Amino acid sequence: MSQDQKIGPSPEQVLYANILNKGMLIGLGVLLITFALYVFGIIAPYVPLDQLSNYWGHSVTEYLHELDIPTGWAWLGMLGYSDFLNFIGIAFLAGVSIICYMAIVPTLLKNGDTIYAVLAILEVIVLTAAASGIFGSGGH
Amino acid sequence: MILLVATFIMGIIAVLGGVGGGVLFVPIISGFFPFHLDFVRGAGLLVALAGALAAGPGLLRSGLASLRLAIPVALIASSCAIVGAMVGLALPTNIVQLCLGGTILGICVLMLTAKKSTLPDVPESDKLSSILKIYGVYREESTGETINWKVHRTPLGLCLFVIIGIMAGMFGLGAGWANVPVLNLLMGAPLKISVATSKFLLSITDTSAAWIYMNQGCVIPMMVVPSLVGIMLGSFVGVRILKVVKPTFIRWMVIGILAFAGIKAFTKGLGIG
Repeated sequence: MSQDQKIGPSPEQVLYANILNKGMLIGLGVLLITFALYVFGIIAPYVPLDQLSNYWGHSVTEYLHELDIPTGWAWLGMLGYSDFLNFIGIAFLAGVSIICYMAIVPTLLKNGDTIYAVLAILEVIVLTAAASGIFGSGGH
Repeated sequence: MILLVATFIMGIIAVLGGVGGGVLFVPIISGFFPFHLDFVRGAGLLVALAGALAAGPGLLRSGLASLRLAIPVALIASSCAIVGAMVGLALPTNIVQLCLGGTILGICVLMLTAKKSTLPDVPESDKLSSILKIYGVYREESTGETINWKVHRTPLGLCLFVIIGIMAGMFGLGAGWANVPVLNLLMGAPLKISVATSKFLLSITDTSAAWIYMNQGCVIPMMVVPSLVGIMLGSFVGVRILKVVKPTFIRWMVIGILAFAGIKAFTKGLGIG
């Protein structure tokens, strides 16, 4: 172990932090705006607010079936409804780590940190696979 | 509005009790609110994720969270969280409730019995952590000391993160309660490094599981957004009043609340709650 390390984060750690911070603020901002559009009825939701409580006690399978809501990325086709608009902010917050990992790969490679560059790429693959919806579920 | 207030209080208590928002959110909301566990777990992961995203940048910039320690751990935990999420969504709800109740009660025991080691004694790095160069240095502000740290038992630690990842995905709990003991007590990272890195880790582990729940439709914005806002605001306030409140009392209160919620989940799973 090197005994003459400098105190303070590495350049890739600072880069990751900066992108994470910006992404978090953007995602949160978008989420608050779309939620205001939803809760104040500025844009009509797919599921009326006064009926939502009739369904949120059901399992997700029943909920999706009774309301005919598609799964996966099909919400992109339902952005005309204010409840689905909120998924933009949620998806952005869930996706910001992927952007951070992609951003640090060049720095890691430039520094000759091949192992960590590979680990970072693998993480991008894992998170992207999770986001893609390729993992099915049996449901209840 | 009730959810916003409840999660705001949870955010304060989580900071004062030294736990993550997720470990309080899932058992309490599933135990005392009418939402189905599927949606509570999806929201719980997003709540824990949001808290980690809020705290992560500061922890990384200060050097208290270690990206080098986090990256290999996160890869294992996030991959296994996908498995946990898929298993959790496939199992009957009563089985998940039973397992959740048992896990929450186990967390209570862990909180009662687990020691913390501010600066563990790590004689030398193991081979894996040497190859991965998992070590660092930070300034301990309370003493002005410069602390060089390293870890050991890395292979065993990574194996435990398999289990942690699965449980995080299955129950939507966030996993901070397990990350810290493994990083600190097993692998020997200093307590502050362990807590900070654990918090940052959640932003990756919970991301993978959250996507599974989202893609399966387990996200209701009317639940998620007030919960996110409530927990984040509560955390903000909690950090400020931490200076004046006795954390020991709060910790006992958290253990009590979790124990009650754990028993409730257990009885729900048995069909008698």
